[in-house]
Amino acid sequence: MAMQSLLPAGDFRTTYAADTVIFPTAAGRYAAIAVVALLCFAPLVLSQYWLSILIQIGYLAIAALGLNIMVGFTGQISIGHAAFFGLGAFTSAYLSAKLSVPVFFSIPLAALITAGVGLVFGLPAARLKGLYLVIATLAAQYILLDFFSRAEWFTGGVVPAIAQPFRIFGFTLRGDHRYFYVVLVYLVLSTILVTNLMRSRDGRALVAVRDHYLSAEIMGINLTKYRTLSFGLAAFYAGIGGALYAHYQEVVSNEGFTIDRSILFLAMVIIGGLGSVMGTLMGTIFMVLLPEVMEWVSALLRGGSIDQALALRNNIAFLREIAIGLVIVLFLVFEPDGLAHRWRRIKAYWKLYPFSY
Amino acid sequence: MLTSPASLAWRPSERKTHPMNTQLLIQLLANGLIVGTLYGVVAMSFVLIYKATQVVNFAQGELLLIGAWVCWWLLTKYQLPFYLGMPITLVFMLIFGVALQVIVLRPMIGEPVISVIMVTIGLSTVFQAAMKWIFGTNLQPFPPIFETQTMNVLSLQIQTVYLMSLVVSVAMMGAMAWFFHSSKYGLAMRATAFNQQVAQSLGISVKTVFAMAWAISAVLSAVAGVIVAVVNGVSAGLSGYGIKVFPAVILGGLDSIAGAVLGGIIIGLLENLAHFVDSQYLHWGNLYEIAPFYVLIIILMIKPYGLFGTKDIERI
Repeated sequence: MAMQSLLPAGDFRTTYAADTVIFPTAAGRYAAIAVVALLCFAPLVLSQYWLSILIQIGYLAIAALGLNIMVGFTGQISIGHAAFFGLGAFTSAYLSAKLSVPVFFSIPLAALITAGVGLVFGLPAARLKGLYLVIATLAAQYILLDFFSRAEWFTGGVVPAIAQPFRIFGFTLRGDHRYFYVVLVYLVLSTILVTNLMRSRDGRALVAVRDHYLSAEIMGINLTKYRTLSFGLAAFYAGIGGALYAHYQEVVSNEGFTIDRSILFLAMVIIGGLGSVMGTLMGTIFMVLLPEVMEWVSALLRGGSIDQALALRNNIAFLREIAIGLVIVLFLVFEPDGLAHRWRRIKAYWKLYPFSY
Repeated sequence: MLTSPASLAWRPSERKTHPMNTQLLIQLLANGLIVGTLYGVVAMSFVLIYKATQVVNFAQGELLLIGAWVCWWLLTKYQLPFYLGMPITLVFMLIFGVALQVIVLRPMIGEPVISVIMVTIGLSTVFQAAMKWIFGTNLQPFPPIFETQTMNVLSLQIQTVYLMSLVVSVAMMGAMAWFFHSSKYGLAMRATAFNQQVAQSLGISVKTVFAMAWAISAVLSAVAGVIVAVVNGVSAGLSGYGIKVFPAVILGGLDSIAGAVLGGIIIGLLENLAHFVDSQYLHWGNLYEIAPFYVLIIILMIKPYGLFGTKDIERI
C-alpha cells in the first residue's frame, strides 16, 4: 500500500516484516483499538436514527471494501457490484427462510455462493482486460437483475423475500441496538481480512496486476487466476454486505440493486481513495452522510426563497443523484487519490506543526 | 438510471395464437431493422469518441436524452417550427459536446483509463438527474412533424416516422463515411486515432480533433435522440439507448465504425427476434430487453474483439 508512514526521520525498516506491519506506530494501533472500543458503547448513547446510519455505513462499507479489492487493488472497474450485493441479500434470505439454515451460517454461505457467481462472470477475464471487463460487469448487472425479477421461487417476485432475524446461542439480535454489534463484528473482521490480504503474496500479486500486468505476468503471476480471483473476492464481500442488509431489514425487495447503487459503490471507493482500506471506510461514511446532510440543508431552507426557486422538496431525489455524480467527477478531477490522501496530508501537517516546511 | 426499456416502434400487445405468425415476424424484422440502424448511429458516435480520444463514453445515452429534450423544449415552449428547432438543437449540441470535452475530459488526458471511464459514469448520473429535475419524469409526446401518418412502400403500410428514421440514419452513416474517407478533417481524425504523436508531428492539432470528435458525436446522438423522441416521446428511458450501444459495439469491435453500424443492426434484429420467439413460443416476458446482454457475454467469451475490431497485440 502506498501509505506514507509517519515514522521519524532516520528510523528505517530493515526487514520485510517491519515493512508490512499494519500499524507502523503504537499510537495508530491504540487509536484503532480505541475507536472499536468506543463504537461498542455507541448503542448505549446514540439515538435510533444515528444507529441506523452507522449500521448502514457498516454493511455498505463491507461491500465497498470488496469493490476496492477489484477497483483499487486489481485495477478493474465493476459496474455490477449492486447486483452481487443483491444476490447476497436474496441468497441469505432464501437460505434462512426457505431452507431454515441458521442465520449465523447463512451469511457466510450466501457470501460463498455470491463469490461463485462472481467467478463465473469473472471468467471472461481470462481473455479480456480493461474496457472489455467493465462491459462484462455491466452485462452481469442487467442479467442478475433480470434473474431477480424472474426467479420468484428465489426472490419472491413482486412480494419481498423474508429474511430471518440474526440468532446466536438462543439470543435474537434484531433492532438497531443489538444488530449494531453484528455489523460491527463483521466490519472489523472484513477490515482485518482485507488489510491482511494486501500483506500476503496474493494481495501483492493483485497490486502487481494493476500496476503493470505485463511485468506481473513475466514475473510469474498468473493473470487469469488473479483477475478472476479479484472478481470472486469482490463478490464475496458484496455477498456479506448484502446478507447483513437482508437480516437487518428482514425483508428484501427487488428494488435498490440497480445500476444506481453500483455507481454509489464506485463513488464510495473513488472518494475514499483507490487502494486504501481506511479510505474506503471514509468514502462510505461520506456517501451515506451526503444524502442525510442534503436532507438537513433542505429542511433548513424550507420555506425560504431558495426553496421556492428550486422546488427543493419535490426534487431532493434528483438533487441527490446530481450530487453523487458531481462528487465523483470533482473528486476524479481535483483529488484523484481521495479522502485517504487528504487524511494523510492532514496528519503530516500536524506532525510537523508548526514547521510544516 | 437507464433501466426502462427504450424500445422503439410498436410492440404487439396481444399474443396471437397462430402457429407461425409470418405477418408479425416480418413486422418485427422491419422494426428491428429500423431500431437497429438507430443503434448503429448511436454506436457509431460512441466508437467515434473511443477511436479518436480513447474515452469509453458511458454518457452516450444522456447525449441522446439532452438532444431530445432541448429539441422538445424549443418546439413546445417556443412553438418553433421543426426546420428551425432542429438546427438550433444541433448547434447547441455541437457547443455542448465541445464544452464537455474541454471542461471535463481534457483535464483527464493522461489519467488511467479507469478514471476516465468513471468520470463519464459520473457525468451520466449528473445529466440523467439534471434532465429529470428540469423536465420532470413524465413521458412527453413530441409535436407531430409529418402531415401524413403512413405511407405505402412495397405494399407494406409503414409509418412515415419510421421511414424517416431509416432514411436519416442511413444518410448520417453515409455522411460519416464520406467525412472519414474524403474530407481533410476526417483524415486528420483517422490519423489521430491511428497514432497521436505521429499525427501531431504532421501538424494536426490533436486538441481540435478531440473536441471535434465530441462535437460530432454529440450532434449524431442528438439526431438519433430526436428521432426516437418523435416516435416514442421524450422520457428518461431514452438514455437506455446508451446502454444498448455496448452489445452493439462489442459485437462489431470497439474500434470499428463499420462494425458498430453492423453490430447495431444485428442487435436491433436480434432483440426483435427474441421478442418474436418470446411472444410466440416461450412466454417468458421481457426477453428482448435482456437478450442483447447474454449475446454480449457470449461474444466476450468467444470473440472478445468482435467482428471487425483490431486485436490488441502487446509489445513490450
